[in-house]
Amino acid sequence: MSDHFDIAIVGAGPAGGNAALTAAQSGLRVVLLDEQPAAGGQVWRGKSPSILSAPMTPETKAGNDLRHAIDQSQINHMSGTRVWDIRRDGDKWSLQILCDAQSLQITATSVILATGAREYVQPVTGWTTPGVIGLAGATALFKQSLSLPGDKTVVSGTGPLVFFVASEIRRLGGTVAAIVTPNTRADWARALPSMLQHPKLLARGGVWMADLMLAGVPILWGHAVSKVCGDDHVTSVQTQALESDKQGPIFEADSLCLGHGLIPQIEAAQMLGVPIHHDPALGGWVPDVSPDGVTPVKNLYLCGDGCGIRGALAAGLQGTLTGARVARDLGKTAPAPSIRAWQRAAGFGKAMTGLSIVKPKLEALTSDDTILCRCESLKRSDIRAEITTGAKSTNAVKSGRRAGMGPCGGKYCQTVIAALIAKETGKPIGAIPPSTPRPPLRPVPLGQAAGDFHYDDLPIPKPAPL
Amino acid sequence: MIRLVPNQSDQIERSGLVTFSFEGKPVQGHAGEMLVSALLRAGYLNLRHAPMDKAPRGAFCCMGLCQECAVRIQGQTVEACRTEVAENLIVERI
Ligand SMILES: Cc1cc2nc3c(=O)[nH]c(=O)nc-3n(C[C@H](O)[C@@H](O)[C@H](O)COP(=O)(O)OP(=O)(O)OC[C@H]3O[C@@H](n4cnc5c(N)ncnc54)[C@H](O)[C@@H]3O)c2cc1C
Ligand code: FES
Repeated sequence: MSDHFDIAIVGAGPAGGNAALTAAQSGLRVVLLDEQPAAGGQVWRGKSPSILSAPMTPETKAGNDLRHAIDQSQINHMSGTRVWDIRRDGDKWSLQILCDAQSLQITATSVILATGAREYVQPVTGWTTPGVIGLAGATALFKQSLSLPGDKTVVSGTGPLVFFVASEIRRLGGTVAAIVTPNTRADWARALPSMLQHPKLLARGGVWMADLMLAGVPILWGHAVSKVCGDDHVTSVQTQALESDKQGPIFEADSLCLGHGLIPQIEAAQMLGVPIHHDPALGGWVPDVSPDGVTPVKNLYLCGDGCGIRGALAAGLQGTLTGARVARDLGKTAPAPSIRAWQRAAGFGKAMTGLSIVKPKLEALTSDDTILCRCESLKRSDIRAEITTGAKSTNAVKSGRRAGMGPCGGKYCQTVIAALIAKETGKPIGAIPPSTPRPPLRPVPLGQAAGDFHYDDLPIPKPAPL
Repeated sequence: MIRLVPNQSDQIERSGLVTFSFEGKPVQGHAGEMLVSALLRAGYLNLRHAPMDKAPRGAFCCMGLCQECAVRIQGQTVEACRTEVAENLIVERI
């Protein structure tokens, strides 16, 4: 297949979905690509076919509205489609996609990247034990299959997500052993003014919290998980008070949801030459982009959490702004929405993101024998040795120790490795950029990348764990 | 006990149970649910071994990125967090 579109949008979450709707309304030919079976992104992930009916949640409703609007539109929505490479091809973009185990190519005049975020988990000894899943990752189990991570779960991490996850576990009939959050009540008090602008969200959070307290679930403020015990599955979780370094309670559990905020997925933008800068308040490294999605690279636009963690509400509004901007840039008439609503939503989102900025005391729980690179089972001591012998950049550590060259492509080790390099070399974290991304942007089994075209010089890492 | 967040598990209607196999052992799951959900429920947390230290690993990111949930189905490596349960599916460790 070779097909040309006016706009190709990568990611059908609130950002990409709304960008597509706005652009399609102006009469442009839009293709919306997403690896998920349904539109909705991470926050409004669709249910799997195993769910015939279930009580409505605010997330389901918002997702259904977006999915319905996309179905009713002229958008060409290609679901279950992974974009694994994007290249400049004369005056257009060429996208390599993997759909139904087939490798295909499409072209587009403009590209909008709305690739969202992934989770950051501060490594702690035992975090590779089966039964430890991401805190945001757990929501994927809830949304997709309404299933639980285990029978008895410790929920640990930063920001509001920790309470949402605990509450969802209870709603789905599971048991929460404890909530362990590095945030203190004072951290939350500081975030309160921004939350007051969103009384509905605040009220929802209040209900989660009150329910957990009524149920007698221990809530450990200012604490973190210091060690996960168990051989081939989680058996217990040790905790520690962050300020005093005192050991906290040990909880018996068969599962742990662990997460410390989100990181914008900037690889595609970075690969296509968009400059990046470090902004902890937005989740780390973010691309240079205007509120309506314009980047320094011609015909390339970005929106949503992929250009800074501002949350779902802001992502949707920025999607609309960006869709309208691309339409106008391509000569169509489209309304220019006000950026005020986006700014307000972004303020709230940033306050939530601020709760996840990693505290030094949390970082200190990653010890020398903690695995940092899950793919290659490399410990902190291995990476430190590499830094001591001269590797002063993420690229150097990558080529020296293969950290970041495994099947996950460095997605779960690069941030912590960069922080370690900064610490060991005394440089600011903003001076240690993430390693140079290479295709594939998403894991591609080797057999499937071949397709019916030639891509001789493509440096594909081994496709899956050997 | 007063619950502000009601337990809604009995208000969920799911597809019928089907049987597939993991490492040769029968496992039940709801048709169309994510393989990882059915495997977790059946107590199969350890889905593979890390290539270097052979340590057990299981689903981690649940969004198709970390590859910790990679399993083999019909000779193909797939992510258990992105694959739907179907009757008679033969799932093996890689
Ligand atoms: C696992 C997870 C769970 C989350 N759950 C919540 C939640 O419950 N509540 C909340 O408020 N926030 C949640 N968030 C935060 C999230 O970032 C939201 O703010 C919101 O979903 C952002 O919208 P977005 O459109 O920018 O990105 P997303 O919603 O993340 O959408 C991006 C989409 O791009 C697709 N994509 C990315 N790269 C490719 C590629 N190469 N090929 C094909 N498709 C691609 C992804 O499949 C995804 O659907 C979660 C984040 C994560 C990582
Ligand atoms: S759990 Fe990470 S890819 Fe499936």
